Amino acid sequence: MAKSSPAKKAWRSLTWLGVIIVGLIALNTAGVLGANGAWAPKLALDLEGGTQIILAPKLESGTTVSPEQLSQAVSIIRQRIDSAGVSESEINTQGGKNIVVSIPGTPDDATINRIESSAKLEFRPVLVAGAPSGDSVGGDGSATPTPTPTPSVDPGSLPSTPSVKPTDGSDLAYVTPALQATYEAFSCKNIDTSVVAPADEPLVTCETDGSVKYILGPVEVSGANISNATSGQRTTQSWATTGEWAVNMVFDSTGTKQFATVTTRLSGLQGAQNQFAIVLDGSVISAPRTLAVITDGKPEITGNFTQATSKTLADQLKFGALPISFAVQSQDTISATLGSTQLTSGLIAGLIGLILVVLYTLVQYRLLGLVTVASLVVAGLITYLLITILSWREGYRLSLAGVAGLIVAIGITADSFIVYFERVRDELRDGRGLVSSVEAGWKRAIRTIIASDTVNFLAAAVLFALAVGNVRGFAFTLGLTTIVDLVVVILFTHPMLQVMAQTRFFNEGHKLSGLDPRALGAVYRGRAQFQPSPQVGSAKSASSSREAAKRQTIAERKAAELVGSSADRTNDGKDS
Amino acid sequence: MASFAQFGNDLHTGKRSFNIVGRRKKWYLIAAVMILIAVVGPLLRGGFVFGIEFTGGSEFVVSEVKNQDQGPAATAVATVDPEAAPKISTVSNTGIRVQTDQLKPAESREVRAALARAYEVPETQVTSSFIGPSWGKDITQQALRALVVFLVLASIVMAIYFRTWKMSLAAMIALLHDLVITAGFYGLTGFEITPAAVIGFLTILGYSLYDTVVVFDKIRENTSEDGPESRRTFGDSVNLAVNQTLVRSINTSVVAMLPVASILFIGAFVLGAGTLRDISLALLIGIIVGTYSTIFIAAPLYGQLRENEPAIKKRDKKALELRAKAAAAQPAEEVTA
Repeated sequence: MAKSSPAKKAWRSLTWLGVIIVGLIALNTAGVLGANGAWAPKLALDLEGGTQIILAPKLESGTTVSPEQLSQAVSIIRQRIDSAGVSESEINTQGGKNIVVSIPGTPDDATINRIESSAKLEFRPVLVAGAPSGDSVGGDGSATPTPTPTPSVDPGSLPSTPSVKPTDGSDLAYVTPALQATYEAFSCKNIDTSVVAPADEPLVTCETDGSVKYILGPVEVSGANISNATSGQRTTQSWATTGEWAVNMVFDSTGTKQFATVTTRLSGLQGAQNQFAIVLDGSVISAPRTLAVITDGKPEITGNFTQATSKTLADQLKFGALPISFAVQSQDTISATLGSTQLTSGLIAGLIGLILVVLYTLVQYRLLGLVTVASLVVAGLITYLLITILSWREGYRLSLAGVAGLIVAIGITADSFIVYFERVRDELRDGRGLVSSVEAGWKRAIRTIIASDTVNFLAAAVLFALAVGNVRGFAFTLGLTTIVDLVVVILFTHPMLQVMAQTRFFNEGHKLSGLDPRALGAVYRGRAQFQPSPQVGSAKSASSSREAAKRQTIAERKAAELVGSSADRTNDGKDS
Repeated sequence: MASFAQFGNDLHTGKRSFNIVGRRKKWYLIAAVMILIAVVGPLLRGGFVFGIEFTGGSEFVVSEVKNQDQGPAATAVATVDPEAAPKISTVSNTGIRVQTDQLKPAESREVRAALARAYEVPETQVTSSFIGPSWGKDITQQALRALVVFLVLASIVMAIYFRTWKMSLAAMIALLHDLVITAGFYGLTGFEITPAAVIGFLTILGYSLYDTVVVFDKIRENTSEDGPESRRTFGDSVNLAVNQTLVRSINTSVVAMLPVASILFIGAFVLGAGTLRDISLALLIGIIVGTYSTIFIAAPLYGQLRENEPAIKKRDKKALELRAKAAAAQPAEEVTA
């Protein structure tokens, strides 16, 4: 047996582990120096406090919010916040009408916009488009400072019902004299986003930047028919990116059908009527020309997006529009609900627990216990670095429940070592030499470890993908510690044992090594002299010790015989 | 501790063996009684106590206080309702926010007055309102859906890995047993079910399955290694595997329990009610029950599910014949029970 081979492999694994740790440290250093990273993970609302935003519904006088609308709004806002990272925020209702959003840290305008905007998307055909009046720029280039072209006519006195019933959404019969007058008097500064225009009536509105004014037909396709939305850079036909950000939508079957019908009709029309307005919260974000019939239900919208705004809109579209609009009523900083005593006590308790774990493993496994302790230290270091990096990159926040989860992870991580050590001891009991016991024990143990970790990781992945709120934070912690467990047992614990098996102290089975074959009552008594245990065990130990004997080197066999004879002398129950 | 090592050796060789699989009826009976207590007990006590994160509650905001110390608020609430366990935080630089369980209008007025006195402000500067649950139905629904998906997937993964669906079934039944008993413990003690406790339940779910997989892997190994000349019946092999992994089960659960127990001790006796106590209680009970159920429910149940398969019945019969023959040939051989 090539003695150097497992040792060489072991050193390679340990080197890899070193590379991983140094890499993580380097990444975090870069974060601290270049971006807003830190050496400590960010804490969640319960431990650090944050900002409390109270959102009040925008209601017309006399109307109220129904509990269903409110709970639906809470659910949508929660999804919007969750999609921005694992922040463990808290959202609830207050007084039956307001929504209170508590998030860690101080939110910027983009975050608040992400939360409060209703994101009601509509697709309407353009009937009339022109330069905005009321502002100083005239459509034909001549500056006309006069605010309204027809001030003498009161829009209310003109007929407001179409004289001819419009046949489709693009029918200009919608443009009644009253609507025309409203359109002409309309100022782009006066868009009221809180009043939701009826879907079956035409709408007068402007581009979001106020550059174009429109009369739009009734809603042809509603944002509720969007089944998914993503954001990305537009690509040309040759797959080169253009640098322009766009939101790609996928309609459900109804939306696809409706969209195909509309694009078929519009592509045959001329001028402004060929345009299709995409209306978000009452104003037009873009009004592209309809060049082709879209039958696959996957339109793409563009319009002055940045990476951040396109992602926000895509998320908003995906989770649906808020049933009512909200406005920020107050924004206050709030302190931690648990206070620092809880965290300190939690950490102290964890530390006491860890010391107890160290004592217990040392008693149980003697010096081998030190490997467990060292492995836990390595696992702790990697977990700490990962959490710090993830709280910088992904907005992960550590709550007290998260801290408790990490402390419990000690148990699951230590179990991998215990399973492994017990397997090695089993092999020693069957009469193998230490080096081959370590290899054979590892082969069996790693199967068990991978199988059980897979179940844990599955739990983490499913809960992370499907659950919302605090459960997601928990799943994240669980998945993280499971991966760290595997990395440490493969790249640290096993290599350490391989290296240690080469030393005299362990190989000769020193009393304090924890791997003393005498104390383990090795059943091997030299060739074919195993003691047949009554009732159970004989067949297995016979076959494996025979196999072990076959595989042993001469030196190992001699050592084993020595062990065997000494085990005969100090048979059963003797203290060692 | 050498005696413990000796104990492990004897379990490994089969010199000493606890007949766990054979006495399954006893364990089933114990489990049935425990589950009955866990279900009926909380019902008699009046159901589970949910935290304000689930039920909503009352919120008081004291504005323009001179001293943002949180102590007076806790004392003020305690004078009205000592069991309230309020969540107190400071708002901006001049406010105090107090959240409690839902109070009756009269209590609510008293708390308002008490808070005004405690912070020496006029009562008009204390506003009270009802707050809705922050752990809404949507979170529960999503979490339950995720759980069902996970359990189905985990069953499939285990069935593929162990090449028998009967192990998945036994593991799931043991898991159910763990969750019912852990939940029952909350109902019996009247500890509040908070999001932290729910996170604790989920952790237990993972731990319980994890523990079962580890022991089942040894069972799979033992039962697949039995050749045609083996003297062990299927039940014997399962029992041997449980005995051989017993030292590991004890060590693992002790190692997992030590930190949790110290958190529970400090959380419950030093800090009183709170997140730490809620989560660590669920975890401690769950770890004990999870380890117990793997040994005393999952393994015997698996043995029972398999032993009536024709192939296994045939082999068991042969194993018993071989054993009888060997005993007849070597009557002098000592047998340890």
